[in-house]
Amino acid sequence: MTGRETTWTQKLAVGLLAAALFATLFAGYLAPSGYQTQFREATNARSSTGHLLGTDDLGRDRFSRVLYGMRISLFLAPLAAALSTLLAALVGGLAGYLGGTAERCCLFVVDLFLSIPWLFLLITVRALLPLNISPQASVLTTFLLLGILGWAASARVICAGARNLMASDFLWLARASGFSGAKLVRLHLLPNLRPALLAQFAISIPVFIIAEANLGALGLGVSEPLPSLGSLLRELQSGVLLHPSPWQFVPLAVLLVVVGCFQILINQLEVTA
Amino acid sequence: MKRFVLFPLIVLITAGAMAQSGSELRFCVRSEPKSLHPLLAEEESSGAIVYLTGGVLLRVNRATQEIEPELATSWKLSQENRTIQFTLRSGAHFSDGTPFSAEDVAYTMQQLMDPNLHSPTGDAFRSGEGKVTTKVIAPLRVEIAFPAPVANLVRLFDTVPILSAHSPQKEMAALGPFYIAEHKAGTYILLKRNPYYWKKDAQGKQLPYLDAVRVEIQQSREIEALRYKRGEVHLINVVLPDIFESFGADNSSLVRDAGVSGDAEQLWFNQSPAKSIPAYKHAWFTSTSFRRAVSEAINRADMARIIYHGHAQPAIGPVFAGNKFWVNNKLKPHPYNPSEALRSLKGDGFRQENGQLLDKLGNPVEFSIITNAGNHARESMAAMVQQDLAKIGIKVNVVTLDFHSLIERISDTFDYEACLLGMLNADLDPNSQMNIWLSSEPNHQWYPSQKTPATPWEAEIDRLMRAQASATDDHQRKELWDRVQEIAWEQEPFIYLVNKDALVAVAPTVKNARPSPLYPQTYWNVEELALAPAGH
Repeated sequence: MTGRETTWTQKLAVGLLAAALFATLFAGYLAPSGYQTQFREATNARSSTGHLLGTDDLGRDRFSRVLYGMRISLFLAPLAAALSTLLAALVGGLAGYLGGTAERCCLFVVDLFLSIPWLFLLITVRALLPLNISPQASVLTTFLLLGILGWAASARVICAGARNLMASDFLWLARASGFSGAKLVRLHLLPNLRPALLAQFAISIPVFIIAEANLGALGLGVSEPLPSLGSLLRELQSGVLLHPSPWQFVPLAVLLVVVGCFQILINQLEVTA
Repeated sequence: MKRFVLFPLIVLITAGAMAQSGSELRFCVRSEPKSLHPLLAEEESSGAIVYLTGGVLLRVNRATQEIEPELATSWKLSQENRTIQFTLRSGAHFSDGTPFSAEDVAYTMQQLMDPNLHSPTGDAFRSGEGKVTTKVIAPLRVEIAFPAPVANLVRLFDTVPILSAHSPQKEMAALGPFYIAEHKAGTYILLKRNPYYWKKDAQGKQLPYLDAVRVEIQQSREIEALRYKRGEVHLINVVLPDIFESFGADNSSLVRDAGVSGDAEQLWFNQSPAKSIPAYKHAWFTSTSFRRAVSEAINRADMARIIYHGHAQPAIGPVFAGNKFWVNNKLKPHPYNPSEALRSLKGDGFRQENGQLLDKLGNPVEFSIITNAGNHARESMAAMVQQDLAKIGIKVNVVTLDFHSLIERISDTFDYEACLLGMLNADLDPNSQMNIWLSSEPNHQWYPSQKTPATPWEAEIDRLMRAQASATDDHQRKELWDRVQEIAWEQEPFIYLVNKDALVAVAPTVKNARPSPLYPQTYWNVEELALAPAGH
């Protein structure tokens, strides 16, 4: 029974993420207008045939912005997650493989990274970026920064996994059989670390989507006029307590669904691992 | 047992009902006051307490913009604004009963100019090297002499609360309509009616009408608005346009548009010879015709209509239309005319290729606008400028920065191309803008701290500003200031975008309120305010 339920929710999650991916890939065809086009005579409009989800306070079609916003979050968050997992694998894997003083040094660096208030660091680093870069380059940089700064927690997990593997019987046997260095890592360590690495990759995706949303909510995420799920959430800051419109909550609902789907897939990955 | 439970319940309900119907006015400020010393007020929350508790020699009437006598019944200026003599009101007392006299004014001036106190109010009076001397001529007559002429001297006394030289309560003794009775840090400050307040109404009844004012500390404007709607606070000095619209739709009597204010939004190009700006971009930014073309391509009316829901006016210059005496009425807003802007740019050698504007050297016209993150209206304005300028082929990159980084770029490193920011001209007098218009000043934003004026028109503004500051006749000063406004209009070092209306909320139960666009918008006549029981 439990197995059937897991399969059902997993299928639903995959289906929803696939639909989201499809919608974002073909946003150019599905969106009724550009994400930046301002219909200044129809600001804060309700849902209509012309604007399925109404318009925002500058008259931009909300449906188009959600599609393009999802594209940014869904494509760049995995990129940042891949980068952070790679860095975590390098640092954590090396620490676990070498052990001793090298491990302590690596873990010291990891602790240092974990103790940094990353939000302030991101804000500072972003303020130092050149001003005349396109919104696309700016958003790519933001996600790359998230990837570069977000590897430390994963590195601890990978390090623990690598340390356990190095102490396992089969690795002792491999070493006794003459395996060492790159060959040992390639043939024994990495294949056995793969489930942990995949789980860390999957966990990082929603974390980075939410991190970008946090930056977006502070106005420090994606530059105008490019939308992201984070920047679209900013609509909820203006007067929503006083005159809520259901359409303003669509980006929040999309974010929750996307993050929820990733969470279901992560749980499945952890079970498999 | 029931009786014992019921009794405290009745007491609580009765207390609640009395709090609702009693004459305690409540409003919110954004933060805890940094200081309760009357001479150390520098931010909104300290300013509110000082305004409500401080007695001043004269007051600028926020409705008529005229100076009116308060603790001084008359005054006389002499020696080209170097000396001022006040005749004081007799029979006035501090909140603890200590009588008011010329010695208190002398003591206040001594404290105000004490360099160890670092009074921000005192900074405006520092006109030159040398000491400020105060002479008590008689118990109710005092003369204050400054080492050099002080610009806008009379009006400056509107901001100086008089301290007591003899009261055991020292600076906490108040001459204003209220005194501080209770302070719960981070929560509220309770002000109670000053029983010795000197002012009376036309019927001879002693003012203020209110028994108390509770100043509550509330950071969130939305929560403040919700509390106002629930009747828990009576006034809001600054209502956001979205909230204003929402309230207005529910009940138009909840909010008021007090008219256009000195709160302006403006855009400027960095004209300083910063290394970070390429020479070809520096040439655009220092070109008057480029700035004017950009200005002409921006639809200010749309900004006022969309972002401020019609509660803003296209801005004309450094003086807002509500500044009755000092505004230059000959000037009109720059028209929105993108085709004329493009024609003018083409006349300067710019050309369009595939919709992109190129300069005469073939460089694509593209620049970044920085603004502070978190200000939704400002970010929306930048997005509108982006779309408007795209119509004439100019590509704009909008960059939002945290406030500290933004200030560092515009005042220290000068590593930016254009900036969109607001400016609040709370003071009506042109002298309050000396630090912006003089080319040598660090607040001359487009090219600060110049050794010598970079352009002939900046040299001309320097000359006019200095001349108006030293002139004694206001009509002569007005002529000089009018010319400065004309040059600012022609050259557009600041591209003024909109002047926001002062949107305020005054509960229908508050009587005698006359909201003004000038600070403090809703309670400037607090001694006349009264509370009617709810439902009346």
